[in-house]
Amino acid sequence: MMTLRQIKDALLCEVFSGEERVDLPIEYGCASDLMSDVLAFSRSGAVLLTGLVNIQTVHTAFIAEIRAIVFVRGKKPDEGIITLARQKNIPLLGTAYSMYEACGILYKKGLISTMEYGENVASHPSR
Amino acid sequence: MVTSYSQTFTIEGRDFSHAGRASTEIKSILKQLGIDSLTIRRVAIAAYEAEMNVVMYARRAVMKFEVTPRTINIVVDDEGAGIPDINLAMQEGYSTATSEMREMGFGAGMGLPNIKKNSDDLKIASTVSKGTRLEITIQIH
Repeated sequence: MMTLRQIKDALLCEVFSGEERVDLPIEYGCASDLMSDVLAFSRSGAVLLTGLVNIQTVHTAFIAEIRAIVFVRGKKPDEGIITLARQKNIPLLGTAYSMYEACGILYKKGLISTMEYGENVASHPSR
Repeated sequence: MVTSYSQTFTIEGRDFSHAGRASTEIKSILKQLGIDSLTIRRVAIAAYEAEMNVVMYARRAVMKFEVTPRTINIVVDDEGAGIPDINLAMQEGYSTATSEMREMGFGAGMGLPNIKKNSDDLKIASTVSKGTRLEITIQIH
């Protein structure tokens, strides 16, 4: 568990929207450019790291109860995306780190994955 | 808790700028009705994948959303190319998406499997060159 502020500091983030919500608790991390994977494998209360910057990123986050979005590799959302994110109360942040680096930094800080292994839990390498 | 509600949405194919509008509205309605959050998430994901399928593959569709005391039902009737092989379309990873669809973050072959995973019952009927009908049922807990 981290707060959004801790994630913002760890990834040296710019905040595009939701500055007032930086004390939100973030329970899990997930990273994908495929929104169907986010819908299939994420859990409520996660931060989404993605290189996909469009309106569907925000819709997907709202539907899947993603608590905040971090755009990687210095990508910036346009005004339409920011407006929708404000309406849906989803903070938008951006980092210059690549997806790989951003995931690694948060993982090292103890933010766990949203991935639910279910019956395959024994096969996960960390078990 | 209000336990009876219905609404019909129209979804236009290729209209990526409005894609997601019906399912985000469904999610907001279910919250207002006081439905439990796990059920809301399942309905929202199933509805959103179904909506994106229409936007990506069909000309248009009518999405009928109904809340009854025990179940939430979503019926999507589209006009479009139809699905020639439903079993194949149900396989994770099978996709006929274009690069434009993939650029939107969809078309990875997870849509129908995701809908099935989040439904208690899913019926699919499709006629090639005519369209597809999805009937999604989710129990309220």
